[in-house]
Amino acid sequence: MGKVKPHRSSPTIDMTPMVDLAFLLVTFFMLTAKFRPEEPVQVTTPKSNSQIIIPENDVLTLTMSKEGAVYIDVSGKSARKQLITNMGEKYGISFTEEEKEKFAGGSSIAIPMGNMKQFLALDLKAQKAVKQPGIPKDTAQNELVDWIKQARLSNTRLRVAIKGDENTKFPEVNKVLKTLQETNVTVFNLLTSPENDK
Amino acid sequence: MGEIAAGGGGGHKKGGKVRSKKMSTRIDMTPMVDLAFLLLTFFVLTTTMNKPKTMEIRIPEKDDNSEPIDINERRVVTLLLGDNDKIYWYPGINPATLQEANYSKSGIRKILQENETKINALFGNKEQSMFVFIKPLDESNYKNVVDILDEMKVVDITKYALMEATGQDKNIIQQYAASMGAPNTP
Repeated sequence: MGKVKPHRSSPTIDMTPMVDLAFLLVTFFMLTAKFRPEEPVQVTTPKSNSQIIIPENDVLTLTMSKEGAVYIDVSGKSARKQLITNMGEKYGISFTEEEKEKFAGGSSIAIPMGNMKQFLALDLKAQKAVKQPGIPKDTAQNELVDWIKQARLSNTRLRVAIKGDENTKFPEVNKVLKTLQETNVTVFNLLTSPENDK
Repeated sequence: MGEIAAGGGGGHKKGGKVRSKKMSTRIDMTPMVDLAFLLLTFFVLTTTMNKPKTMEIRIPEKDDNSEPIDINERRVVTLLLGDNDKIYWYPGINPATLQEANYSKSGIRKILQENETKINALFGNKEQSMFVFIKPLDESNYKNVVDILDEMKVVDITKYALMEATGQDKNIIQQYAASMGAPNTP
């Protein structure tokens, strides 16, 4: 009896359609992905059952670190440039075009106006190394009020979102809430991460 | 047999046909596919991770000149947010009935639901549902506030107010802590 020879089929499979699809998806994700500048502070937002998704544009984000330092961030490069120009006028500091560009290209910032020029003079690496003290928000010296006011002046559709760390103490949170009240921002959003165990 | 097309800019070869070499047209695509999928995985993971949710809240305007509303004390529940994720709560305006709760489903959520049904049974109309005062003490943190606001949403309480704790509230907690501490000490 002769042995049955296994049918020899070619081990190569035509991968072209799969590769096409893979690259299509890669291209799609690459184009839709947005790389944000690195945040100067890591924040763990509290969880909630809320399902509302924050719009991407026209958002003023107030980030609160564990220690209660407030960082401000406005979406959109042109809006940021406008904001720093306005703030400079308000505080009598004239920023050069280069400094404005630098501010516009950055991320959240928590530098008092007095030190802003000095901070913007640094290069990116040095900026990262700086421990940002937070925007002054005490009643004696409240720059946060001006930031919010100026940001809203330069963009009337601006929404305010608060991104606080879980462990921020309430008195610090309250200062921010009071400031918002003072600037007549009575509707705002609290950023939370989705609850996953319920 | 065909002529080899000259690459961009190159001149024509003079006469003579060149035989094209017979080469396999198959290229091993495996490394390329590996890379493609690696990138794909990377982008898929980085894009889906980034989805913050948000809750919208409203605070009263600063110069709110409207008349203070009178609320029946039996409709009121006061929550004091303390340290170590504790909630102290009392119904009505008598702080002597202060009790402790936590942020779990069986904790504050149950209490709120029970009180809501109780108040609804008492007044029996939607206009006069439960009113919750939320007073975070200085020791509480942001998470506590968000949790309790979330709880308001889950239990579907529409009438609540976030307000500052007064010195009186702090005293109440201190008294409570003192009274609770006493039985524990031998």
